[in-house]
Amino acid sequence: MNALKKLFGGNTRQFGMIFALVALIVFFEIFTEGRTLTSGNVINLFNGNSYILILAIGMVLVIIAGHIDLSVGSVAAFVGVCVALFIRDWGLPWYVGVLLGLLLGVAIGAWHGFWVAYVGIPAFIVTLSGMLIFRGANQFVGKSNTIPVPTDFQYIGSGYLPEVGPQTGYNNLTVLLGLAAVAYVIYSEIRSRRNAKALGADVPEAWVMVLKLVLICGAILYATYLFATGRPGTSFPIPGLILAVLILIYGFISSKTVIGRHIYAVGGNRHAAELSGVQSKKVNFLVMMNMSILAGLAGMIFVGRSTASGPFDGVGWELDAIAAVFIGGAAVTGGVGTVIGSIIGGLVMAVLNNGLQLLGVGADLTQMIKGLVLLIAVAFDVYNKTAGKRSVIGMLLKNFGRSSEVKADETTQTKEVISRGI
Amino acid sequence: MTSLNTHSDPVILEMRSITKEFPGVKALADVNLRVKAGEIHAICGENGAGKSTLMKVLSGVYPYGTYTGDIVYQNEVQQFKDIRASEHAGIVIIHQELALIPELSITENIFLGNEPTKRGVIDWAEARTRTTELLARVGLREDPDTPIKEIGVGKQQLVEIAKSLNKSVKLLILDEPTAALNESDSQHLLDLMLGLKGRGITSIIISHKLNEIEQIADEITIIRDGKSIETLNVKEDGVDEDRIIKGMVGRTLESRFPDHEPKIGEVLFEVKDWNVGHPQIQDRLVCKNSSFFVRRGEIVGFAGLMGAGRTELARSVFGRSYGRFISGHIYKEGKELQLRSVKQAIDAGLGYVTEDRKSLGLNLLDDIKATTVSANLRKISKHFVVDANKEYSVAEEYRKSLRTKTPSVEEGVAKLSGGNQQKVVLAKWMFTDPDVLILDEPTRGIDVGAKYEIYGIIQRLANQGKAVIVISSELPELLGLSDRIYTIFEGAITGVLNKDEASQESLMKLMTSSRKTASPSGDHPELAELPGNKD
Repeated sequence: MNALKKLFGGNTRQFGMIFALVALIVFFEIFTEGRTLTSGNVINLFNGNSYILILAIGMVLVIIAGHIDLSVGSVAAFVGVCVALFIRDWGLPWYVGVLLGLLLGVAIGAWHGFWVAYVGIPAFIVTLSGMLIFRGANQFVGKSNTIPVPTDFQYIGSGYLPEVGPQTGYNNLTVLLGLAAVAYVIYSEIRSRRNAKALGADVPEAWVMVLKLVLICGAILYATYLFATGRPGTSFPIPGLILAVLILIYGFISSKTVIGRHIYAVGGNRHAAELSGVQSKKVNFLVMMNMSILAGLAGMIFVGRSTASGPFDGVGWELDAIAAVFIGGAAVTGGVGTVIGSIIGGLVMAVLNNGLQLLGVGADLTQMIKGLVLLIAVAFDVYNKTAGKRSVIGMLLKNFGRSSEVKADETTQTKEVISRGI
Repeated sequence: MTSLNTHSDPVILEMRSITKEFPGVKALADVNLRVKAGEIHAICGENGAGKSTLMKVLSGVYPYGTYTGDIVYQNEVQQFKDIRASEHAGIVIIHQELALIPELSITENIFLGNEPTKRGVIDWAEARTRTTELLARVGLREDPDTPIKEIGVGKQQLVEIAKSLNKSVKLLILDEPTAALNESDSQHLLDLMLGLKGRGITSIIISHKLNEIEQIADEITIIRDGKSIETLNVKEDGVDEDRIIKGMVGRTLESRFPDHEPKIGEVLFEVKDWNVGHPQIQDRLVCKNSSFFVRRGEIVGFAGLMGAGRTELARSVFGRSYGRFISGHIYKEGKELQLRSVKQAIDAGLGYVTEDRKSLGLNLLDDIKATTVSANLRKISKHFVVDANKEYSVAEEYRKSLRTKTPSVEEGVAKLSGGNQQKVVLAKWMFTDPDVLILDEPTRGIDVGAKYEIYGIIQRLANQGKAVIVISSELPELLGLSDRIYTIFEGAITGVLNKDEASQESLMKLMTSSRKTASPSGDHPELAELPGNKD
């Protein structure tokens, strides 16, 4: 267990989620008699969930900052229908449509951000209102009709990496992408290890690193193999590619940049952040705005995939995205969460959905199971936290065997401990 | 249950060789505590010495079975399984942070969880009558229907005590009861404790304010590193503060302040005619025409009762982070500054260490290294990308130079003790390299040893030519540390004294302005009218 912990950087939450994801995949692979890990199914899984995962990226930032966004489904639908109309009625090329869609996301996000950040209305209220407004706007603008989009626009929602270069029996671009990912993972792991060493920080033993790299690279190569050997005409899907780029960008922003730090700071303790010079209003505004931009993007991808915009696009997406974020370890109170965690959380839900479908479980039972999974995942988290907060015993037991731990200061803890028998 | 012991000095509580272990740490080792019925017994020790753990064992937070040793209370070995059990036996703990619900009235709070009922319906008439009685007993003249949020901290403390009286308390434990109170509220509380003693209620008090302990305690048990060191009888042993400190730190502290030879230069920072309005209440000023200056290398103290407007002044100067700015000028090195946001203030070379570490100063979710750099991310980032290596080495540097006790800078700040948390906060502001550093209650809730170190850090900063402002409620601290002291009363600066002409008495006089100081034996002065009871 300890070795496993080391393998995943000692982050039990993340480790738990990865473990759950792998276990789920193995479970379904066995019980669907190998129908889970086929090229067709994996490609399908990515295609059908990429827009939820894109929403989860924006949502985790919103939730880290201590807010919530209930409007994403409606915003996605509204942007989708507008873009479909722009292209159909104004005859714009697809890329201008996409650009206008993103700008529309900026405008809607500015609207939400203004009320949340500068007027100080709780995001729950603002976005609940946005949910109604933009759902209505979608049906008003589209007159509750389906509006088809041309095939070149559909590429962003249902396209694949093209076949180029020599005939290898694999999709060359997909293979290159996979190899690049492997190279990057190895390079960054070695570099961070070297840096840590140079600074005199603790580094895990070499075998841990090698094992970790072998596992990660193995997973990437296997996925590459699945994507590269799909039926003719399919390969790594374009929405998946967009998603991967977004994960890289937002993962980087949230963990490595000044604005990322500020988002965590505002969510963790707004007053302390403000007194450290963080402009919390600006942070809140940007976070809300970013969410609507990503919602617009997700809406367009969905329209591309389903070849038309409809009046009920995006219903319930906000809940899927929020569930993904909380399964991925974010805290309702803000300040905690990661982009990659939310993606894993989203994948857990996606695999569950897909596997249950393959097993022929009905939509009714699937929903019940998903609901329970959400509850159990968060309960596990809360249990872990209360064990740490409520009693020193629980906390120390959790870290049993790590005696180098500094004992928490007694006086600081007293107050949280007792609710005085009320 | 009446005491069977008819001995002249009946012992109400005896904790015998209490040992409490956490994996890897022995929090309490063989601690003995004997409390006589009807006395005020003080427990002294540095932070982390084990005082709170001992009280948690006593009150059942750590239930019977998780510790070894015996608790003998009223001549019976007790096996409390939770707080309710100990409360049932008449042991009540009042914590520093009060367990009252702001929106509910005094009556509702006192009877929360214990409501008098008539056929299943709450009998509010009964509750109100009893509340009136209880309030009279603690000397609080307040309508029982007043919501808790409308009365000051001092009065809230009294409500807590009234609540415990309602539970027919026999042994009252107060954990740092006066930490958040101003002088006159504290005095009232101490008087009340003496009054309760007169009614036969035994009290245990945990406090860092040694002068108060000296004043009211009959006996003092000193705990150090999880061991009970000694029990002193205040009268017989002729105990004074120095004697207590000696027991707490295990040696005599020759001086409570490091030696310091001030190197004072020209005026570096000046505020003139500063007027700030209350954030919510129209027409009310929290700063009235305040003017002050600080010279290079000078440590300037700000004395005032709590709520006099010290923090309000500091925060409004620090980028208008409090209240409504009305008028005033800020000069640094002779040039006028316009500081409209905290960011501008930091950029202009100001730093402000907040009074309330946990709610204003720290993000408790962060680790030490992220906290250290959080007010000056720009310095360690390039094109808005934070350099994690620099972050680590900066934090490491401050950990070493301030001697923060932690296994690594990747530890969460929530895990640190108060003194070490404060060092991290200081590191954070030192890293912004301010010319003017404002420290608001820099040693609150910090033990004696760490205080000494913090004083040393403050003096070092002044010696580097910075202008340092220290706001503190502890007059001895201001007197020991500052080169010059301003006094504030009701939002206005009422005087300034040089180090050599200042004394507790002269400061106190200015801090209460024309008003007479509340007389200790006084008939409960109307504390609410003092601005001291903020929030």
